Amino acid sequence: MDLYAIIFYLFAVITLGSATIVVFSKNVVYSAFALLFALFGVAGLYVLLMADFLAITQLLVYVGGILVLVLFGVMLTTKVFDVQMKTKTIQMVPAVAILGLLSGTIVGVFWSTDWYISENPIDVAKTAPQIGNMLLTTYLLPFEIASVVLLVALIGAAMIARRERKG
Amino acid sequence: MLDNYIPIFLMIAVGVLFGIIMVKLNEWLGPKRPSEEKLTTYESGMEPVRTARERFSVKFYLVAVLFILFDIEVVFLYPWAVSFKSLGWLGFVTMTVFVVILFLGFVYVWRKGALEWD
Repeated sequence: MDLYAIIFYLFAVITLGSATIVVFSKNVVYSAFALLFALFGVAGLYVLLMADFLAITQLLVYVGGILVLVLFGVMLTTKVFDVQMKTKTIQMVPAVAILGLLSGTIVGVFWSTDWYISENPIDVAKTAPQIGNMLLTTYLLPFEIASVVLLVALIGAAMIARRERKG
Repeated sequence: MLDNYIPIFLMIAVGVLFGIIMVKLNEWLGPKRPSEEKLTTYESGMEPVRTARERFSVKFYLVAVLFILFDIEVVFLYPWAVSFKSLGWLGFVTMTVFVVILFLGFVYVWRKGALEWD
């Protein structure tokens, strides 16, 4: 097993282990903190896939932003420390059916897809300049629409603020 | 290409190990003569007044939402800045449109008073 594989399994264990804690922890605050390591592990996997810009974005937006949002969301919850999360299994039959369907779909897609494997992996080094070029030429319209989407979100945030002041 | 990340991995490894070793060394080597005052929660020198387990104001949440939105804007700026020279004036104009649209939102949020604390 070479170093690459060791690092991959390290990040995979970090991601899956933390994700397990997120799902099974009875304390919602622990769940939120475990999410930090799950998201960080995914960023490490992106680095291993040579998607360095995606990894940085993952760190900036998910670890730095979304996670803070989730934590504040948890802190806003009433009686966050007293609530006992129910993690026992209910609705066994529908759950198994849906799980089987979902994982069957994923595995099916995984096997039936003709994965593109670059013959020259060094090609994808320095992804940020290429993303910048594509974003401002080929994908210009989605790029500008993204700003409108962000504008809508900003206006929505301002609406929350106004409601807070009234109450 | 992954060679570039070796310093980062080393940095993380050293950081984690240093944190663990220092705390554990303290625990093993330090003398333990606890008193009631020493065992109170450390609050940067302040007397702890009440439980920390209380609900936060929704104002924090709003700040976090605004932070993420402008965070994403910065993420979009970064690839543009890296390939700024090859994109030329066209890239400059399109990015200006992008930033102006977001600036409108910023002005709206400011005028609505969402940036004020109370």
